[in-house]
This record gives sequence, structure tokens and C-alpha cells, in this order.
Amino acid sequence: MKSLILRTATRPLAALMLLFSIYMLWRGHNEPGGGFIGGLIAAIGYALYAISHGAAAARRVLRVDPRVIAMVGLALAIFAGLVPAFSGEPLFTGKWLFLGDYEGGSGLPLSTVLLFDIGVYLVVLGSVLALVLALEEET
Amino acid sequence: MGAPGSSMTGTEAHGGGKPSSEPTVLGLLWILPSAVLAILFATLLPTIAAGEVIRVGFAWVPSLGINFSLLIDGLSLTFALLISGIGVLIVLYSNTYLAGHPQLGRFQLFLLLFMLSMLGLVLADNLITLFVFWELTTVTSYLLIGFDHASAKARRSALQALLLTGAGGLALLAGLIMLGLAAGTFELSEILANGDAIRAHANYLPILILVLAGAFTKSAQFPFHFWLPNAMAAPTPVSAYLHSATMVKAGIYLLARMHPALGGTEVWVWTLTIFGAVTAVLASIMALRQTDLKLALAYTTVMALGTLTMFLGGTATVAIAAAMTFLIVHSFYKAALFLVVGIIDHGTGTREADQLRGLARAMPITAIAAAVAALSMAGFPPFLGFIAKELKYEGALAVASEPAFVATAAVLANAMMVAVAGIVALRPFFGQPLPTPKAPHEARFAMWIGPALLAALGLLFGLVPSLIAGTLVQPAVSAVTGQQESVYLALWHGINLPLMLSLLTFALGIGLYIVHRQVRARLARVEAALPISADEAWDRLLDGLKWLAAIQTRVLQSGVLRNYLFIVFSTLAVMVGATLLIAGGVRIPQAFPSLLVKDWAVVALIAAGGILTVFAKSRLAAVCALGVVGIGVALVFVMFGAPDVAITQLLVETLVVVLVAVVMLRLPFLEPDRKTVRRRFDAVLAVVVGVVTTLTLIAVVQGPIDRTIPDFFEAASVPDAYGRNIVNVVLVDFRALDTFGEIAVVAIAALGAYALIRGVRKRRES
Repeated sequence: MKSLILRTATRPLAALMLLFSIYMLWRGHNEPGGGFIGGLIAAIGYALYAISHGAAAARRVLRVDPRVIAMVGLALAIFAGLVPAFSGEPLFTGKWLFLGDYEGGSGLPLSTVLLFDIGVYLVVLGSVLALVLALEEET
Repeated sequence: MGAPGSSMTGTEAHGGGKPSSEPTVLGLLWILPSAVLAILFATLLPTIAAGEVIRVGFAWVPSLGINFSLLIDGLSLTFALLISGIGVLIVLYSNTYLAGHPQLGRFQLFLLLFMLSMLGLVLADNLITLFVFWELTTVTSYLLIGFDHASAKARRSALQALLLTGAGGLALLAGLIMLGLAAGTFELSEILANGDAIRAHANYLPILILVLAGAFTKSAQFPFHFWLPNAMAAPTPVSAYLHSATMVKAGIYLLARMHPALGGTEVWVWTLTIFGAVTAVLASIMALRQTDLKLALAYTTVMALGTLTMFLGGTATVAIAAAMTFLIVHSFYKAALFLVVGIIDHGTGTREADQLRGLARAMPITAIAAAVAALSMAGFPPFLGFIAKELKYEGALAVASEPAFVATAAVLANAMMVAVAGIVALRPFFGQPLPTPKAPHEARFAMWIGPALLAALGLLFGLVPSLIAGTLVQPAVSAVTGQQESVYLALWHGINLPLMLSLLTFALGIGLYIVHRQVRARLARVEAALPISADEAWDRLLDGLKWLAAIQTRVLQSGVLRNYLFIVFSTLAVMVGATLLIAGGVRIPQAFPSLLVKDWAVVALIAAGGILTVFAKSRLAAVCALGVVGIGVALVFVMFGAPDVAITQLLVETLVVVLVAVVMLRLPFLEPDRKTVRRRFDAVLAVVVGVVTTLTLIAVVQGPIDRTIPDFFEAASVPDAYGRNIVNVVLVDFRALDTFGEIAVVAIAALGAYALIRGVRKRRES
């Protein structure tokens, strides 16, 4: 699309959407949000960019093939599921690490659950973008 | 019926290996695992012979009652010793037989994996563990039969064995699960102690049929017998191993193992007796028909399996003792004879019975081993085969159901065995030598030691039967009958009916041997006159299956999106509608729910979007209108307190509009080909789906809502998973495995769609 207004507005808009998508991913465990929603928002941001600037430009700013993003996400999710197996617990048991404070307190909560959600985020982002970009190029 | 492999003549390909290649010493290392295991099992003999049972293992999937537990009793130890002991000889033999073969290492690996699977199968104390190893033997034997993968025939035989035994394996899995549920445990040792309860269980008959389906296909009982002779496409050491001690005996092992739990009923007795007898007699007739030594032996294996099945159908101790003794003696002589045929093949370049005479001069040791094994097979005294045969006749006469039938079948089959033993193992070695493709020479030590040792054991145990009576046969028989038995083996039983039957067998067998060429010619004519062989029937079955698959693919996978949608939606409407009707219909609520203004606004939005979609003039407008419907639905989610679902819905709607718009921009603006008839039909379908969905929702809302699961999640979300957003906690923690499956589907679907889009593009470019 050759609209100058769209092209100009897209750059800050897409950046904001990416930031917002990460915010949604991060807050997902306690407030509405999560990896799936975050991934969709990020994908829409990139899709907007692809529509206004063209698929080739979108691929350039993405740097990585979207299919690779999806596969990395899948691998992260598998890894998050395998971690508890090393301590003999069933697969996909959530493992938590509270940096700086006691369990359940105000420390920085890091967990395999978050890792898993990041995996979901990347799979959704990569899969949707693989389709959108392929369709954009299909002219 | 008939000879599926009658076209298989001459020598088997050695896959590029030169027969003159030197066997490597390093290759002998492959012997170690089987040798160590064989010694280990041998040290257990005194313990087991004393009547003890060893159980070891660890929990595997304890929540499902699946344990990796092993049960070592007389029956499993007998099998384990045969498997590991004969395994040593086979590995040693193969190292020389396939010397110089580029894939010898792969072959030995397959052989080792097969042996371990087989050992796991006979030692398993858990139904599921047993099944896992059962399937592993199927897979590894597929690799072994198809080892010569450059040959189409070998591939076909391997696939046939895989499909047939795999199908039986599926039946067995169903049977074992039902058995485990009926017994309340998956541990064999507990099930076997509880036979009466299982035989009285309502599901006894289906369990029995399914288990027998598994055993009969694996052990090549009629009418599933044809895969076994075809499996002769494997290198000869494999045939010796798979068809003497192992693979095909897995079904026999299963029958013997299940005897205390499932055996003894009228159905069991009659099914096993009839299938076994028919298999034994038919297979021995077919063995007489063959000219290829290896094929003749293959059919005698089917005969042995039939005999074993027939006797396991018996309930008398002596019938079981006959089966167990015959099992051991058959393993010895059959492995020996297969190996001898391999030596003949290796040394002369042919396996045709009529081209081989007078080999004894060139290969004296092999000739002696063959003669000893053949005499045991024919059941002459003082070999172990004679004792087994006497026991068989005694057992046949003790069969409660139909002693005359069983005895007749046994005598007929044994008489033909005498003749086949003569044809296969005596005739090629004596008489005037005939010219063969290669000048015959004696085999190397590594090759003749196997058959020689096995043949010698047949003689030794015949002369001193007490060596195995108390240590192997008696514990095995006790395990099969489920109570302590005492078994006594002896060459001389006095002058009685079994001895008379033996004499009759010899007379018949020697007579048959004398006229065997005329008999074979007549059998060949009968075979040619038969309309279809089992092997051809198998091909027809496979062809039919492929034809059916092609037809249904053509009907269901039309490639037209409209047809797919039609099938999906009409199926939905019919299935859900029918379920609603059967379940008693829906109570239409009398009072119309009172709606607020905002509710009405959402309803109006959705309705307007729907109407716009239907009457839109362009595709793009229709897609946008559909997006309006989606946003309306998202608003409904918001009003019912599901913000996560609402956000997702909103985002997905946005993306769909974007995606479809991107595609639509490239499609023609208008749709000229829409026919009004088709449109009306679509409208009817849409209304039906809508009504059914509405009724379903009303029915769902009317039913009581089970709060167990939401209550659990509400209570456990914060303390167990440190999260206040239950939807997300369920997604990433409580049901993370489901989510993982879903994202895997998303990724794979995206890859598939990507490939399709790119494929279209490439085609257009070229």
C-alpha cells in the first residue's frame, strides 16, 4: 500500500504494539494477557508493518525467518516441560525461582511456566507471520 | 493354500558379500551379550527347578499400573535359555556366513535387538510391558526379514509379516487391556493366580478372542500361516533363529503363559485343538510339496506350531508336558537343520532338493549333524524327538475332548515329518553326487559348531532325559498348569498304545519318503488346480484396501473448499441434532430472559453483522461484516467476565480480516458464478446449523453445572501456581501438556500452509 500516512504512522505504532505485546505476555499470569494474546498482538504489529512497507521490508526488520521463530518457541516450550523431569517430577510441572525474596513474596518470580509462555508467544508470532508474509509475497 | 514361495528357488543373494571373505575376530564381540545372558539364566536353573519364582522390577508408569517387572519361572526361563543360548550360536554362525557383507554390523545389531525384545517378552510380568516387547519383536523381525532391502521380494515379505503380526498385535493390546481391567491388575503373576475369576468374567470371550488373534497371527496358525514361509526371504541364520526358538514361538509362549488365566474352558480347548490340528496337518502336506529345502523346513515349522497349539489346548498334564518337551526338541533340531541348509546353500550354491545328492563326502561333519538332527525330528529313538513324540501320543490320548481326532492329526503330521526329515536332511547327503553350481566344501568351524552342538544336545537329552526333565520341563509344565507338577521323561515306556502309534508313524513316514516324488508331483497338480492361495488372497485384500482408500479420498478430499465446509457443517448439524433428539430434546424456556439495553445493543450488532455478511456485494465487505460479528461475540465474552477470551477473540478477528483482505485483494472483485439454487441450499444449511447450535446452548444452560473443576482451579491457582489469572494458569501450568499439543499443531499447520502457498507460487513461476 502506498499511503504515506499509513507508512509514517506504522513505525511508532508497530513499535508500541511490540512493547505492549511483551507487557501482555509478562502480566498474563495475574491479569488478562499471556503468551497467546501477546503473540497475536506482536504478529498484528508486524503484519501492519508488512502491509504498509511490504513483505521484504518486514522480513528485514524481523531479521529471522518466522518459521525459525516458531520452531525456537516450540523448543523453548519443550525445554520448559523437560526441566522438572531432571528432578524426577512429572513433565510440565511448574518450577519457580523467587529472586531476592522468599517463596510467594515480593521477589522477582522466574519460572519454567514463564519460559513456557514465552514459547507459546514465539510459536504464535512465528506461525502467524509465516502465513502473513507468505501471502503478502504471493502476488 | 499352496506354496507362496514356490518361485523362490536357488540360492539367496549375499548382498554383494564375497563368500570367500574372511570372518573378522572383532565381529565375535557380538556374541558377548547373548553369552553373558545365557550364563546368567543358566545359573538361575537350580533356583527355578526347586519351584521358586523370581520377581524383580521397578515402577514405570505407576499411575496406570504399568511396571517394568520381570517374572522368572519355569516357562519363562525355558524360553530365555533357548533364546539366549541359540542366540550365541546364531551370532557366531552369522559372523562367518555373512563375512565380508558390507552391512554385517547392522545385521548383528538387529539380531541383538531382536534377542533382547524376545527376552523382554518372555520375562515380562506386566501385560503392558509384555505388549511393548511383543511389538518390538514385530519391528525388529521386520528389519531382519527385510535385511536384503535391495530385493523387492524381501521387502514384500517383511511388510507382510509386519502388517499381519502388527494387526494381531493391536488385537492383543485390546485383549490385554480388557484382561487387565477384568482382573483389576496388570501384573501377570497376580492375574495368573486369579484364573477362575477371569474365566467367569463377563468379558472372558472377547478377551480370549483378542488374545488368540494375537497369538495365532504371531505363531502363523491357519489361516495366517502364509507369512512365515515368505519370511524365508531373510538370510538363513535369521530363519534359523526366528523360526526355531523365537519370534514364531512368541505366540506359543503367550498361549502357555495365559493357560492358567484363560485356559481350560470349552472354547479354549476346542479353538486351540481345531486350529492347531488343521494347521499341523495342512502345513505338513505343504512341506512335502516343496522342493526348496528352506521352504520345506519353513512349513515344518508351521506344522510344529500347529502341534504346540493343539497340545496347549489340552488340560491334562501329559498334554502340556508333551508341548513343553516338543518345544525344546523342536528348537534344537529346527535351528540345527536351518543352519545345515544354510551351509549347503553357502557351500553348493543351491537349495533345490533334486539337485543335491551325495554331499556327505564333501561335508562329513555337516552330514553327521544333519543326520542326527533329522533323526530327532523324525522321532526315532534314542533321540529326544522320540520322547517328545511318545509324550505327544500319550497326551493326545489323554485329551478329554476328542482323543481320536487329536491322535489322528498327530500321527498324520508326524508321519509326514518323518518323510520331510528324510528329504531335507538325509537325501542330500547320500547317493551319487550331482553337479552343483559351486563345488561343495565343508563349512568352517564357526558354522558347523552350531548345528553339531544342537544336534548333539538332541541326542544327549534323549539318552539322559533326566537332565532336562526336572530342570526345564517340569518347572515349565508347572508354570503352564499353574500348580506343582511332576514330570518323568523316559525312552522306554513299555509296550503300549503310544508305542504302537509310533511304529505306525514310522511305517507311514518311510512309505511316504519312498514315494515322495510322486506325492509331490500330485500335490503340485492339486495346488495348481486351487482357485487362490492364501498369499494371493492377501494381495487381493491389500489391493482392495488401497482401492477403498482411493475411492474415499476422491469422495471426501475433493479439494473444493465449499464441499469441505458443507461436509463439516452438515455433519455437525446431523450429529448434534440427533444427539439432542435422542437425549430427550430441549425444553424451550417459557419466560424470555430480560435483557438490558447494552445486551440488546450487542445482539443488534451481531445480527446486523450477520445480515451484512450474507448480502454484501463484495468479498471484502463480507469479510469486514463477519469481523463485526466477531467483535460482537467478543463483547459477549466481556459481559460474562472472560476478558482473556474476549481479547483473544478480538485479536483473532482482526488478524482474520487482515489475512483474508490480503488474499482477497488478489481475487476478482465480484462473484459471477454463484447460482441461486446453491445459495438457497447454503441458506437452509446455515439456518439448520444455527438452530441446532442455539438449541444446544439452551440445553447446556439448563443442565446443572458441575463446579468441581472450577472450584479446584479457583482454590489451587494462587497457592500452587502463584497466579491470579486462572485462564492463563490453566493454559501454562495445570494443562500445559494440552497447550503444548496445541502450539505444536499451530506451528505444524503454519508450516503446512506456508509450503502450500509457496508451492502454488513455484508452480506459477515455472
